[in-house]
Amino acid sequence: MGILDFLKRKPEPSAGVAKERLRIIVAQERSTRGGPDYLPLLRNELLEVIRKYVNVDVEAVNINLERDSGHEILELSVALPDGKPVL
Amino acid sequence: MTEIIVVTSGKGGVGKTTTSASLATGLAMAGKKVAVIDFDVGLRNLDLIMGCERRVVYDFVNVVHGEATLKQALIKDKRHENLFVLAASQTRDKDALTQEGVEKVLDELVKENFDFVVCDSPAGIEKGAHLAMYFADHAVVVVNPEVSVKDVEEILGISVVGVIPESENVLAASNAGVPVILDDNSNAGAAYKDTVARILGEERPLRFLEPVKKGFLKRVFGG
Repeated sequence: MGILDFLKRKPEPSAGVAKERLRIIVAQERSTRGGPDYLPLLRNELLEVIRKYVNVDVEAVNINLERDSGHEILELSVALPDGKPVL
Repeated sequence: MTEIIVVTSGKGGVGKTTTSASLATGLAMAGKKVAVIDFDVGLRNLDLIMGCERRVVYDFVNVVHGEATLKQALIKDKRHENLFVLAASQTRDKDALTQEGVEKVLDELVKENFDFVVCDSPAGIEKGAHLAMYFADHAVVVVNPEVSVKDVEEILGISVVGVIPESENVLAASNAGVPVILDDNSNAGAAYKDTVARILGEERPLRFLEPVKKGFLKRVFGG
């Protein structure tokens, strides 16, 4: 039955898993690239503060730093969950 | 007593991180309290091999610079509660580590009663590699088998602590973010289990010394 086993054997599905894991982490890295080092920390601290009042997801907080000629804009957006506010 | 082990080699791509992940996991499986630290600042990889990349909030550099406490930065392994990962930053410069900062982190791990600290060294002989080995009690040198096990012992004057056969399971394990030592069906996993037992003082004969087929390579390392 050796040859049948061989035919049945499928390639490892691990490449797909790796691709998905890398896709997520690269997207994460790109979103913070070029920004100052404190951005991820700022994001996490803001998230903690917001979570005191509203139950938001980690992904719901977005921080962007845009550079225009001569000035920088720190943009913060929080997607609040549907339904009534907690407060 | 905390034992600090550095996993090192000047050459890249020989399996330092794979080895660090498996040794740390194996030591934790033996009931030891273990921390594994990624010293490759700017080229994080250990967190991916350990499968905790999405749980990295603070990293080694943050702790060294006092931006986070060690407790905040240590990531508890999903599978073993006595195993912790300290990830490397991707964004920082590789000079972000300082000798004083590293010493402070290691001192704190000693105070927290860790049995083992595994330092995953970057390739090369620059600052990161230097700091990874500076405070270590033991070194595990990972090499590819350009020469035989016997020659390695003779030339380097250090004893072989394990021979890891080349295996497709290593790639699959890295892809999945599960250290290969947890793969019970692979020779590489079995070889890492032997290696961990030897590090813990057990005597075990070397296995997998002969290639099983043409093109088969093995990794040899001594400590």
